[in-house]
Amino acid sequence: CNDLDTTPYVGEVSDLVYQDADNYKKVLAKLYAGLAVSGIEPQDGNVDLKGIDGGSQSYLRAYWYLQEFTTDEAVVGWGDPGLPDLHASSWTASNQWTSNFYSRALYQVTVANEFIRESSPEKLEARGLAGNTQIPLYRSEAKFLRALSYYHALDMFGSVPFVTEADPVGAFLPEQISRADLFTYLETELKALENELPGPQANEYGRADQGAVWMTLAKLYLNAEVYTGTPKYNEAAEYAKKVIDAGYTLSPNYQANFMADNDQSNELIFTINYDGNQTATWGGTTTLIHAQIGGTMNPADFGVDGGWSGFRTTPEFVALFDNGTDGRRLLHSDGQKLEIDEIGTFDNGYAVAKWSNLTSAGVAGKSLAHTDTDFGVYRLSDAYLMYAEAVTRGGSGDQALALSLVNQLRTRANAAPVTALSLDFLLDERGRELFWEAHRRTDLIRFGKFTTGYNWAWKGNIKEGRDIGTHMSLFPIASSDIVANTNLVQNSGY
Amino acid sequence: QSNVTGKVTDLEEKIGLPGVTIAIKGSTKGTSTDMDGNYTISTAGVQNPILVYSFIGKESQEIVVGNQTAINVSLANDSQSLDEIVVVGYGTQRKNDLTGAITSITENDFVKGNVSTPEQLITGKLAGVQITSGGGAPGSGSTIRIRGGSSLNASNDPLIVIDGVPIDNSDISGSANPLSFINPNDIESFNVLKDASAAAIYGSRAANGVIIITTKKGKKGAQTRLSFNSRFSVANNINQVDVLSPSEFVDAVGAYGTASQQALLGTSSTNWQDVIYRTALTQDNNLSLTGNLKGVPYRASVGFLNQNGTLQTSNLKRTSASLGLSPSFLDDHLTLDLNLKVANSKSQFADEGAIGTAIGFDPTQPVYASNNEFGEYFNWIDPNGNGIEALGPSNPLAMLNLRDNVGILNRYIGNAKLTYSFHGLPELKAVVNAGFDKSNTDGNDVTSPLVSANSFNNQGSTAFYKQDRNNTTFQAFLNYVKEINQHRFDVMGGYEYQNFIRENETGTDYGKSDVTPLRNYFKTEYRLASQFGRINYGFNNTYLATFTVRRDGTSRFAPDNRYGIFPSAALAWKLNEQFDIDNTFSDLKLRFGWGVTGQQDINSGDFPYLAAYTPGQGLLYQFGGAFYDVLRPNPYDAQIKWEETTSTNFGLDFGIRAAKISGSIDFYMKKTTDLINEIDAPAGTNFSNKVVTNIGSLENKGVEFTINYTPIQKANFSWDLNFNATYNQNKITALTRNNNEDYLGVLTGDVSGGTGAYGQIHSTGYARSTFFLYQQVYDDNGKPLEGVFVDQNEDGVISELDRYHYENPDANFFLGFSSQMQYKNLNFGFIMRSNLGNYVFNNVASGSSSYYNMTGAGNFIFNLNSDVKDTGFSSSTGRDRINLSDYFVENASFLKMDNINVGYDLSSLFKTSKLRANLGFIVQNVFTITNYTGLDPEVQNGIDRNIYPRPRTYSLNLNLNF
Repeated sequence: CNDLDTTPYVGEVSDLVYQDADNYKKVLAKLYAGLAVSGIEPQDGNVDLKGIDGGSQSYLRAYWYLQEFTTDEAVVGWGDPGLPDLHASSWTASNQWTSNFYSRALYQVTVANEFIRESSPEKLEARGLAGNTQIPLYRSEAKFLRALSYYHALDMFGSVPFVTEADPVGAFLPEQISRADLFTYLETELKALENELPGPQANEYGRADQGAVWMTLAKLYLNAEVYTGTPKYNEAAEYAKKVIDAGYTLSPNYQANFMADNDQSNELIFTINYDGNQTATWGGTTTLIHAQIGGTMNPADFGVDGGWSGFRTTPEFVALFDNGTDGRRLLHSDGQKLEIDEIGTFDNGYAVAKWSNLTSAGVAGKSLAHTDTDFGVYRLSDAYLMYAEAVTRGGSGDQALALSLVNQLRTRANAAPVTALSLDFLLDERGRELFWEAHRRTDLIRFGKFTTGYNWAWKGNIKEGRDIGTHMSLFPIASSDIVANTNLVQNSGY
Repeated sequence: QSNVTGKVTDLEEKIGLPGVTIAIKGSTKGTSTDMDGNYTISTAGVQNPILVYSFIGKESQEIVVGNQTAINVSLANDSQSLDEIVVVGYGTQRKNDLTGAITSITENDFVKGNVSTPEQLITGKLAGVQITSGGGAPGSGSTIRIRGGSSLNASNDPLIVIDGVPIDNSDISGSANPLSFINPNDIESFNVLKDASAAAIYGSRAANGVIIITTKKGKKGAQTRLSFNSRFSVANNINQVDVLSPSEFVDAVGAYGTASQQALLGTSSTNWQDVIYRTALTQDNNLSLTGNLKGVPYRASVGFLNQNGTLQTSNLKRTSASLGLSPSFLDDHLTLDLNLKVANSKSQFADEGAIGTAIGFDPTQPVYASNNEFGEYFNWIDPNGNGIEALGPSNPLAMLNLRDNVGILNRYIGNAKLTYSFHGLPELKAVVNAGFDKSNTDGNDVTSPLVSANSFNNQGSTAFYKQDRNNTTFQAFLNYVKEINQHRFDVMGGYEYQNFIRENETGTDYGKSDVTPLRNYFKTEYRLASQFGRINYGFNNTYLATFTVRRDGTSRFAPDNRYGIFPSAALAWKLNEQFDIDNTFSDLKLRFGWGVTGQQDINSGDFPYLAAYTPGQGLLYQFGGAFYDVLRPNPYDAQIKWEETTSTNFGLDFGIRAAKISGSIDFYMKKTTDLINEIDAPAGTNFSNKVVTNIGSLENKGVEFTINYTPIQKANFSWDLNFNATYNQNKITALTRNNNEDYLGVLTGDVSGGTGAYGQIHSTGYARSTFFLYQQVYDDNGKPLEGVFVDQNEDGVISELDRYHYENPDANFFLGFSSQMQYKNLNFGFIMRSNLGNYVFNNVASGSSSYYNMTGAGNFIFNLNSDVKDTGFSSSTGRDRINLSDYFVENASFLKMDNINVGYDLSSLFKTSKLRANLGFIVQNVFTITNYTGLDPEVQNGIDRNIYPRPRTYSLNLNLNF
């Protein structure tokens, strides 16, 4: 009776997990779910990251917060520590939301590394799974998900600790990779994946395909000048064009992309999937939909049980819709002031009515508390606008096509077509088309309008807005990691 | 006349004492009492005879015979008796031979009154032992800290040993308190092993001290006794959280609310705290029978407790039974101790969320409203016709009455201890002790659809929780005691094996059929295997030494790190034996102890070292048209090992016979290294942002002082006083491997009012959980300026870098003072307790410190704490920092009169001396003196969030003995 070797009753030691071919898809499902929810039990139970509220730590929620609250597109009235600092541009290296996303992005990388390591051809061979045709595909998808998170880390933090499947698990200190080197790594990795993943829309819905790879490459290239100092607009146009030619089509109804049945939209290229019953969280689109509702808005009009009275937008963003009757102007002004005098009060600033848990037929999702609405990380419109921008910036491509693509978007929205494209117009058009879809911060930086050159209400914590330090184009490396990993150097200015 | 007859009785228990030695002073003549305490002795031929009555554990008495022929004597307990026996780890020791810091408390000194769980028996009685109840809920659990607790993330609870069996005191579902299965009436003594030299024999589980509970047993040769105890208690809350009155609230909404908020005001006048609380009655009846059946001593008891809480619907019903048999065989060479305790408790848990909801509920609304489709209770209704407001507060009374959460727990704990004294070698004993601790919980939590919007949308829910725990222990040890001339050896060595299995199943079904039910299953196991040994050596009854060593193995660590060795050494010098020739001192002993204890009780699972995966439970992800289960790798540290606490103790025991004073003073220092700590894993290296590993160190140092004074000790009048004081200081000495000065530390102490709002921090150089807040700026009148804080780093802006270390929640001083007086048939006692230097963050006040806090996310309004009249805050912005202002931290030092008791011995009313009766009246929680502005200054962990109020309780207690 002196046996101290015990094993878990629930769960399996790692060696045994990978003996069973069926488990590979479950680990892959966890990797994808890691973008959507906080843990492995419904409603943010058994969360991945410790010391962070379950509803707040989901990848999408954190990513969305950082991309939107720091810009003219969104303000939030809640007093959670660190949250007002995002719009007030007063975040520090201890900010819980920037730190949260930093941890989340590298968590995704670490879990992907584990799967990639455990699904190598040698290991499959040793386990007698060499003949399995699905597992190598899963492995490529894991590489894509790793690249996606590294891309987000590159965009937000610049230079981050770099780990691959060649690194161990446990006590070691990863080295920091420079932003330029990470760019090159991603370029190489994604180009290799281009040949490994199925063609556009040839994989199961929700799983990555070539379309997702091309979009990531197009984004990487479009922002290359920011990331490395060297513009790559030819390549940006090239990869955007691949997507445009891939068979995706614009949904006739713009808002159908943001509704409970948006999995039916042929416009979405890569999605984070939610289901009110099976993939329920307090983060993700559940947050987006509830938090945009307040004041005189009726929750039932959005297929949910109540509003959280949180998110609104600035007068500067509302002004982008000043001309005409653009159908994308999904704003709610009844009972709302345009001006924001007190950021903590919901009726200051127009509300946004873009996201919904109703289907296009007007039926509420399965649950009124947790939404069914998927989040389109990449959407065809974005490819159109990236192509137009790359060409306008001098990338090789068809300028007439660029104009036509932009006008297709405008026509769908009942906005008057334009006759020429300019960079300022394209930034505004990206705002109109893609607002509240987690693109704005990257866009403003690329257009040189994030820290200086354009101010909006309460930027820099004053009502009329003010310029902020240029170092704020990058978020700080989480201070906790600076302590934990002595190899790391903090971004300058923090 | 040459024969004297009489009866010797126990002064306190009033029963005949068998086996008392009666000697005639100056002669060799003597006798002893019979089974009933009667004796006859011949004094023939002795001039002026003096009889000396002596008995182990009692104070001897001398009586001049004179002309008396009948002499009845009552013997009092001798607290300084040389031969008093104290239970220590794996055996007993003479109290006078102790080398470690051990405090012993027996039945006579227990706290009296409405005591439903064991730890309440000793609250405030022992230096160095701090017991903080979780609140006023029936059977509520307590935090027990011995000398401050030695861990950060691992358990800080002491090991609890019941009749030799170390129990698992982790939370049991369906019970508010893991100790509540023991009927306090069955407990004979607590022995608290405080320093490492005493506790190290329990090795890896002893870093936070050990509490040994011994239950009552039948005694050999004792008469059959039936004892009945009945208690009836009435409890009432003492005070309420001070909120705005209905008229003040109307004014506030008029001044600060929007037009739509003003339109929400009602016309009622409701004190919601009155609505949810009640006068609570408790009945507790206990019956015990002790005696000998065919020479086998036994004790059997049953108890029935029915306790209501002051929060409506909360109730605990407990039936407990115990049986102890102590047969002996082979001319008493072989004794067997059998103990079995069975308890069934049925806890009706009230939704304690109603406490905070009642404080914040609009006082202008009625309790009941018949004008809606959502039941008889008033509810906030969405004006758009969507039913109950989604985020609106539920009607507090509906939360209580429309939810039925009942946990039924059955627990069985038993052991069989076999002690064999070797034939022909009486110095050697072999002990085998096998025990089990089994429990099963069956809980159901039914929520009506009418409680909230969520329950309405789901058409109600039924949650269940089941738990099975199955723990077993086996011990075997040999004990050899030998005296050779002036040398006394007591040597012990043995083996122990423990196995802990826990299995949980929970789930929720919803009334609405298309809402997916939740299911969760968990089962885990860990094992401990140990060898241990102890040598006690005494020279000339003057110099004492104790050495112990334990080798512990745990299944929680990888094979290479699985075993830890925990040694201890202690020396004591009985100064009185050496120098005190005229016997002035009953006790004067210097003690020095050193030892290492360990900790492996990790709060994060039983496999912290193992690379393993955990499957998701009900969380699925969609690929194509199908949903897939998820499988996640666990974070782990393959190298994780024992946390070690090295303790040093220096103590002095003293007792002055003439002054009837005794006591002790102890200085201690505990240093924990290789803290089992949840730290930030370097990003990219593990399967979570944090991982449990060994890093950091902390220390506790302090002084404990106890003094007992008996100013009066006469047959008809006695008075005992006890005072104890503890000073403890806790400090974190390292948190990182490379001492990084920029590292602030680990935030902790969840403050309600914002996601991720932590009000405390573990920082190197500071006490554990030191408050970490913004420093409030005040105007000339001392009024806090809203949103204005000190710019600590002087960079011109207020950011999170401007938070600073403020006070900490742990008291520096814990004081206890108790008095027990007996005059003829009347006895009177009290217990006072004081904590000094403890600070509390008043989260109840901070949560409604601004008129803006009236606003909710929807069509409803909240009442405010009266504190808002002091602050006058009203802004909707800046809440992220205002919620973390040091304005809300208050010095919560207090003095509490815990208990006043009066008793009257009714025995003289009865004709038969066989029947004895005692009537007692006890008031608990009599008063509190404090400057703290919240409800109760005694707050676990220092953040005051709507505690279940500790009521004042009046009890009437009747005790009958036959």
